[in-house]
Amino acid sequence: MSSSARRLPAAALAFALVVGAAVPASAAETADEAAQLAKSAPTVAARSDRVEHYGYGTVPSAQQIAGWSIAVLPDGRGLPPGSGTVDHGADVYAQQCAACHGTFGEGEGRFPKLVSDSKLTGDQPTKTVGNYWPYATTLWDYINRAMPFPAPHSLSADDVYAITAYVLNLANIVPENFVADRESLPKVKMPNRHGFILLDPRPDTADKECMAHCRTPDEVKITSTAEGKDLTPRTAGPLDEMQSP
Amino acid sequence: MELGRRAAGMLLPARDQEATRIVAPNRRSLFKGGLAALGGAMLAPLLARSAQADAASGEFPPGDPDWSQSVGPGVVDRPYGRPSQFVKDVIRRNVPWLTATKESSVSFTPLQHQDGIITANGLFFERYHAGRPTVDPARHRLLIHGMVDRPLLLTMADIRRFPSVSRIHFIECPANGGMEWRAAQLNSLQFTHGMVSCAEWTGVRLSTLLDEVGIKKNARWVLAEGADGAHMDRSLPLEKCLDDCLVVYGQNGEALRPEQGFPLRLIVPGWQGNVNVKWLRRLEIGDQPWFTREETAQYTELMPDGKARAFTWLIYAKSVITFPCPEMPVKGAGVYEIRGFAWSGRGRITHVDVSFDGGINWTRARLQEPVLPKALTRFTAEWRWDGKPALLQSRAVDETGYVQPTIAELRKIRGVNGIYNNNSVQTWQVKADGSVFDVELG
Repeated sequence: MSSSARRLPAAALAFALVVGAAVPASAAETADEAAQLAKSAPTVAARSDRVEHYGYGTVPSAQQIAGWSIAVLPDGRGLPPGSGTVDHGADVYAQQCAACHGTFGEGEGRFPKLVSDSKLTGDQPTKTVGNYWPYATTLWDYINRAMPFPAPHSLSADDVYAITAYVLNLANIVPENFVADRESLPKVKMPNRHGFILLDPRPDTADKECMAHCRTPDEVKITSTAEGKDLTPRTAGPLDEMQSP
Repeated sequence: MELGRRAAGMLLPARDQEATRIVAPNRRSLFKGGLAALGGAMLAPLLARSAQADAASGEFPPGDPDWSQSVGPGVVDRPYGRPSQFVKDVIRRNVPWLTATKESSVSFTPLQHQDGIITANGLFFERYHAGRPTVDPARHRLLIHGMVDRPLLLTMADIRRFPSVSRIHFIECPANGGMEWRAAQLNSLQFTHGMVSCAEWTGVRLSTLLDEVGIKKNARWVLAEGADGAHMDRSLPLEKCLDDCLVVYGQNGEALRPEQGFPLRLIVPGWQGNVNVKWLRRLEIGDQPWFTREETAQYTELMPDGKARAFTWLIYAKSVITFPCPEMPVKGAGVYEIRGFAWSGRGRITHVDVSFDGGINWTRARLQEPVLPKALTRFTAEWRWDGKPALLQSRAVDETGYVQPTIAELRKIRGVNGIYNNNSVQTWQVKADGSVFDVELG
């Protein structure tokens, strides 16, 4: 740990610690910190003075822009009108989601689990909405844009709100009487809200360019081998269909 | 006579050629059998077999194989070409047990068969979040809006009118090697390293498009979004977008393959694969990251203390020996050319060292031109193998001075739950019989 930490510029390390360990007051605050990472203000200012244009393409109408603007920010910008209850969510979830994610979010087969008590420091932790996702707004956004898997972006805003409420309730994050809407979702406190380090701490290794006698022969030990593990699909002949392990 | 035969072949209707390939007499058989008086066409099947027999018995040369004594199919027999029927095993492959569906999954490039820095378009690795969409280019649009002076809606024809550039860059999925964090698991170069490929991309600089719409002063981030069912989206710092990102429609001299985002994708040179959004249809300019599912729940690296690293976009220097490897063993003691690829998302590879003894001693490899920034770079090194067990490794250094780490060093810092950004030194164990295995060293 110490060798890697020494390689980081002191300012970068301090910033990483602030972002990773401190507890920002709001989603907007963290977002501002992340925004600083781009450090692009001077470049942008210079470019906005450019006056020549090619003039290709057309100006989209407000309606065209609104139709495709589906991204939602942690502060709730981008969320549409509408609302959904946990109860209604249970119904929609049973029809649209349970086949893959399980009735209670436990996941069928290799499909993603949505809730888990798994500790993130444990052995092979399961990362789910309940123990990993930092923002409830992201849940709404993802269900809306990409779910249900066979028919993405086909649910009404109310149904997406309802499923969001139901999944948050499954994860014991909101009570049964929770109503999801554009006001309530940004205020939901997700358990892992402050679990992310937003500034890349790499390079975090300090390997050297040693050329000779870099280690003693005794230190060169095979700690694991793929030999004998029945995990590798064949790499000649027809495609493999192996389903183990 | 030779010319006459060829001319006769050319006059045949193309469709009949395969069926009636003209096989010339094998001169030696001809004299031996005393059949010189008979017509060549009648003898064709017999003589073809004879040529094969020569080959099988190790006698040719001096004999000619049948393809040297016949005329093959003519032009446009295959209006769009394909590899020889004899390289049919060289294909993208998947790990069926890895994912719940093939529509949200990955396939791997057969790097063990890649001879240059460019990955053939049909072998470029695939990563889908909602399958491969069939996008009609005539109905495809790119919308650019948000914190801009002039929102813009572009057709493919509009995009092709802008000044164009071509650049060679690799794309690597950050999960490449992700199955190897805990231990050596997959005995295959294709499956341990095949989520990297390299191509020449042609399109328009993203900065050109952003200049065209006019970026407002407080803008800091750009959301790139795909037209696939996942509406795959990632937030990117505006600084990177203005630096070297491209919006491309060309891949190795032809239209983007559907697997790589036809008709339009983003290229973010040197950054992890998924931010190179495919089937690109929307760029929204904003003042903060969106914290999309793909940059929070996914593509974040869980560290031993339970914190997760996010926005770890850069691909750090990495290399791997592609020969020998588990799929390409060696046969007997002697001189071999070690071959491999090195790459870095932070610029050019400056050198690669190889070790035959598990990292005790290292030898400088040769880099083959061209050595391009953020592109696959070929390296070779001579290996005089004495036939005894060996542990082969390669170690890349890029122009920042960064040295590719060992897996032991990475694990010390990042633990084993990170999934992504495993750029560690690969160890291939060569046994005395020449077989090769994926191993990890302590």
